[in-house]
Parts: sequence; structure tokens; C-alpha cells
Amino acid sequence: MDRQSFDEMYDANGVCRPHYRGFANWLENTSQEVLAQRRREADLLFHRAGITFTLYGDAQGTERLIPFDTIPRSIPASEWRGIEAGCIQRVQALNLFLADIYHDQRILKAGIIPPEQVLSNSGYQQVMHGLDLHRDIYAHIAGVDLVRDGDGTFYVLEDNLRTPSGVSYMLEDRKMMMRLFPELFAAQRIAPIDHYPNLLLEALKSSSPLDNPSVVVLTPGRYNSAYFEHAFLAREMGVELVEGADLFVRDERVFMRTTAGARPVDVIYRRLDDAFLDPLAFNPESVLGVPGLLSAYRRGSVVLANAIGTGVADDKSIYPYVTDMIRFYLGEEPILQNVPTWQCRKPQDLSHVLAHLPELVVKETQGSGGYGMLVGPAATKAEIEAFRERLKARPEAYIAQPTLSLSTCPTFVENGIAPRHIDLRPFVLSGRETRLVPGGLTRVALREGSLVVNSSQGGGTKDTWVVED
Amino acid sequence: MLSRTAADLYWMSRYLERAENLARMLDVSYSLSLMPQDDRGNGLDELAMPLLITGTLEDYLQRHGELHAERMLHFFALDASNPASLFNCLAAARSNAHAVRGRITADMWENINATWLALLDLAEQGLSGYGISRFCEWVKERSHLFRGATYSTLMRGDVYSFILLGTFIERADNTLRLLDARYELLGADSEDPNDRSARAYYQWSALLRALSAFEAFAEIYRGSPRAGKVAELLLLRAEVPRSLRACLTELQHTLADLPGDNGRPAQRLAAELEARLRYTAIEEVLETGMHAWITEYIEQVQQLGDAIHKCYLEVA
Repeated sequence: MDRQSFDEMYDANGVCRPHYRGFANWLENTSQEVLAQRRREADLLFHRAGITFTLYGDAQGTERLIPFDTIPRSIPASEWRGIEAGCIQRVQALNLFLADIYHDQRILKAGIIPPEQVLSNSGYQQVMHGLDLHRDIYAHIAGVDLVRDGDGTFYVLEDNLRTPSGVSYMLEDRKMMMRLFPELFAAQRIAPIDHYPNLLLEALKSSSPLDNPSVVVLTPGRYNSAYFEHAFLAREMGVELVEGADLFVRDERVFMRTTAGARPVDVIYRRLDDAFLDPLAFNPESVLGVPGLLSAYRRGSVVLANAIGTGVADDKSIYPYVTDMIRFYLGEEPILQNVPTWQCRKPQDLSHVLAHLPELVVKETQGSGGYGMLVGPAATKAEIEAFRERLKARPEAYIAQPTLSLSTCPTFVENGIAPRHIDLRPFVLSGRETRLVPGGLTRVALREGSLVVNSSQGGGTKDTWVVED
Repeated sequence: MLSRTAADLYWMSRYLERAENLARMLDVSYSLSLMPQDDRGNGLDELAMPLLITGTLEDYLQRHGELHAERMLHFFALDASNPASLFNCLAAARSNAHAVRGRITADMWENINATWLALLDLAEQGLSGYGISRFCEWVKERSHLFRGATYSTLMRGDVYSFILLGTFIERADNTLRLLDARYELLGADSEDPNDRSARAYYQWSALLRALSAFEAFAEIYRGSPRAGKVAELLLLRAEVPRSLRACLTELQHTLADLPGDNGRPAQRLAAELEARLRYTAIEEVLETGMHAWITEYIEQVQQLGDAIHKCYLEVA
């Protein structure tokens, strides 16, 4: 892979790419003072609106802003169409895979994925075996993390099929840009995204066999780092935001406690991990869940979105097989490529990884949020050696990938504008059909040279434009 | 609506109303403490009044030992370690609002969140730096703004109803306690409903001003405030927005309009209380004895609050 970073705005000769020209002109003709003043205004508005997240491990539970950068990430519409088709194809294959491994397991029988990789995976939920879901949809909401390498090709870095978050920032970033710089939106055709909550509600409703099901959003509560997003989506969809204690199960039906008595619940958009859903079936310590929820779910009286047991499909040890899934289930060639991946559980892969640690990115197969990973080129010798020991002790828990040279986008930093690395997370909704709004969440690593874009690790966000070209 | 949501809305508005009332309490005591005190000490007793009314004087004395103007003001207003401080009321109101931010309008949420952020700055600055009267005015103004945003942006429905319930339960309780405390303080003077001493005049005027009822009193009675008239105004007059009667009328109407049968006990109690007030004359109150009468009503309002809780906020 090419180690030179691809810049989203300027080509290798420093010439502005065509789909950025409108913005570049505007930037040139807008004074530094105005830009600085608007950036302060954005901070103030975000703070006042309480668009914040909470860091885990912070005893005070301090609410922080996710830094918002006012230079948008722009994608030409022609290129977007490829990304869109690729994301849809990928999520369809992943849903087919989930339906398959919880029923006939054709892909295991065909020898495409070693059965133990799936069946002994901690994300594989035995309780889902043989359970039929409406429309066979498991991941109603999926986030596909994409990065662009030096040669300009997009690669899928990972799939998020449990409770992908960040969509509220995608929507709020757009609102903020339109509020701060309306002139930009008047001057060019930027595809709208505000209808996302509408599409989400449609996807959720169509996941139930009922005509007009009652939908709720289930949150772990206001101290969860993504609580803002849970409340945001419930409000935008006009549905109840519930906590576990608001729900109860009677005669294998889920109800919510309301001021006018018990009301039935048909679809639960849950932002709670599998392990916490039902203390009777999973983690008995969980006070966040609903006792008896699983029995109601197994009986088919309530829909969970996403379904239980989707974690097996976005596990990093399954990731290398997604392109094979696309070929197997859809009979198509993958539109979006995987990053080449070494599976440390394989001895020959492990020895390659151990020999090349300083060049590689090593990740835990179960990790998320940028915790517990090694970025070889950015690590000290001591960090690499410490990681080597952990890797040798439990090789099956890790995968390794070449260090991608994530593309960069001009970003406001302390002294002016400088390129910073970015990724892209489009959100794919599956219901009656599989679709997504144009764009997604662009995360930016604000530290110079950093490749870690997670908000928990100091990443920021940008508005993402799909521009008609 | 979810019972938990209703509870959060109810407590959000109760805490906000309480914060406003604490500011009103502080305002009246602070302005009276600046008056010549004759032989009644240096105004410290007056500054201790808000602590006495809110039942936090003992807690204060345990921590600080003696009455000290600045410490009392800080303890009452901005002390984060005093669970009953105005600071913590606003913190609780904002926290409840945070939990239901999806159910209130953006105008309301941004308003209460901005209040909270400004309060954090203010707490850093300290009360004496900011000015006590100015602080009281600021709290009232923020509360007015929130109520204005609620009144003019929130859909009329269950959310609005539970906000009203919290507001008026809290306000009824507060009006009763403020009147009671002032009545007690004036001691023997107040036994004569026609007491016209200068001290009583200032006391009653300050109370009316604190409850924003001075203009109403002047218009209705066209005379200087006296115990009996003030009590009538604050307990029985329907047209004064902070009177007990006005609060109970609002509570009764709001409860009557809520859907469902599970609220009957609360609806009945509110209707009973409202009817009793409607047909009570101030002479009967004075005959019972002001303190005894108010004490009983404080109890009744509390029971109504409990009934609302049982019927709506913790439904199984």
C-alpha cells in the first residue's frame, strides 16, 4: 500500500480537486476573523445545546464537546455512488451471514469459514439458534468504517453491527454548518441528510410484522457516553426514550410503565449491549436491562434492533471473511475492499506479525473505541515489546493490518490550517430495503500525525458533504 | 407518557420553582437585614431566616458554628456541599431536564442548560463579587425565561401538565412557608390584625415584594399592608398568581384534565382542597390561628404531592 497520504482537497501537485473548488474559493474570500468568530460561535452553540459525551473512567463524569472542525469533508457524488453500493452490498451479505449461522450454517458446511471461528466466538449467541426474525434482518443499523489509502482507494476498516453510534454528530454537524455558513449551501448542491431519523423510524417499523408498531429507544441512562444521541434520536423520531426500569414483561409481552398505566411495546431500538439486556438470561448483575425480555423476544412478541448475537459478524476475527461472504451469498464481487489482514491465530501469520510489529497495526478481535490496540509506527520500543508479550500469550485474540496512510483533510489547528487524518462512517439502515443517507460521520484525528480518530482518544468530527459534480 | 419521564418533568419544574423561591426568600431577608434593626441585633437573625424556613439552619450551625453573614449567604446560595442550596436546586433541575431533553423543546433545554453553565461561572466568581440582589434578580429572570419558553413553545399535553403540577405544588408550599415564617417572626405584633407599626409595615411590604404581589395588594386593598389583608391576599385571592388558592386552582384543573382513571385519588384531593379554600374567609383562618391553619395546609399540600407520586410517577 502507498505510504503517501491522499489529501481529500488537494491533489499531489497541490491543485484543488474539482469538487472542493467552491469551498476553496469561499475560504479564500472569507477573513480569518470571521472564521475564528464562527468557530467560537459553534463551540458556544454546541455547549449550550449540550451536545456532549462523557468519558469512561472520568470520575466526575465531565461532559465534553467533541471538537467540531468547520472545514467539511467533501465527496464527489459520482464517487459516493460506489461507496453507497458497496456499503449496501456488504450489509446485505452480513445480514445473510447472520441468518445463515443461526439457521442452516451453509457457509460453515461449505468450508468457507472454519466452524470453530464462528461457533466458539463469544459474540455467537446460542439463544438465537433457530429463531426466525421478520425479514431475516439482524443488523437493522450498521456503521461501516471506511478509510482511504494513499492511492485513493477506499477500504473497509471494520463493520459495526452492535450499537454503532455517532449518527447524531453527523446530523448536528450539518445543522451547525448550515447555521454558521448558509452561503456555502446556497452556492452548491450538497445532498441533504436530515431525513435520517425518518428512514430510521421506517426501518424500525418495517422490522415488525405489525402495521403500526409501537417503537421505543432503550438507553442505559443519562450517564452513558452516548446518552445525548439516544435522546436525540428518540426526539427526532417522536418515540419514547426508555430505560430498563421503564419496561417490564408480563405473559411474554413487553410493556412500558406510563402515567396512564401499562402500554405495549413492539420494537425496541436498543442502545444496550447483549450482555445487559436481560438479567435473567445474560449478566445477572445488570440493572440496566429488563427481566424476561429474552423470553418475549424468543416468542416473537417484540423486535430488538439490532438483534441479539450480531456481534459475531463484526468481530475482527470474522472480518477477513466478509468479502468471501459477499461472493458466497450474493454471487457478486465485493465493491469495497477489505484491508489485508493477518490472523494471529494462524501460526504463519503470527510469525509474520511478530517480525513486523513496528510497521503494523495490531487490534484485539473484540476491542472497540480504539482501546487496546498497537499502532506500530507510533509506538515506543517498550510499548512494542510489552505488546509482543501480550500477543504471544493470546495470539487468537489479535489481528494485524498494515498501517494505512489514512487520507487527510485540511483542518483548523492551533496555528492555522493543516492536514489531519480522517475516516468515514456511513450508517446503513435495513428494513423493507437497505439504504443510507448520502455521507456519514467523518472523524478526524486532531493530533498531528495521529491515526486514531475515536472521540474517546481525542478525535473530532467534520461535516460530510456529497457534492453533485 | 412514561412514568419516569413524568417524574423527571415534575421534579425539573419543582426544583426550578424552588430555586426561584429560594432567591425570593433570600431577597426579602437580605433587603430587611439592611434596614435599621433597632435593638434587634445586626441583621444576622434576618439573614438566618431563609435557613430557618428551609430547615437547614441546624446543618449550617453544625458546619460553621455561628451566624456569619457572608458564610450564611454562601451556604444558602452557592455551596455545592449543602444539598438544599440554590446551586444544588438548579443542578437538580438541569439534571432532570437533561434526562427528558427529548421531551421538552430545544428552547427550554438550551435555556436551562445555559442557566446552569452561567451558574458554574458565577459560583467561581463568588456571591459577594456578583452582588446578592443582582444574584436574586438573575435567578428570577432565568426562571421567568424558562417559564416563558415553556409557555410559548411547548405543546399542550402531558408534558406541559406535569410541568405545571411540579411548579404549583412547590409554589403552594413555598407561599405557605414564607407567610408562616413572617407571621411567626412578628410575634405578638401580628396577633393584632390591624397592627400598623413601622416594623410590621416593612416586613409585610418586603414579603409582598418578594412574592411579586406588592402591586396586587396596592390595587386590591389600597392601603398599607397589614397582617390580615396580606394573609387573605396570599392564601385566598384567586387572582394573585402566587397565592395558595391560585396554585390549588391550577393543580385541580391540571389534574382533572389528565387522561386515565388511575389519578382519581389525586384528583379528588385537589378538588377537595380547592373547594375548601374557595369557601373559606380570612376571619375563619384567623380564628383557627394562622400558624395552626397554615401548618395543616402545608401537610395537605404535601399529601397532594404524595398522591400525585403514587398515581402517576411510580405506576407499576
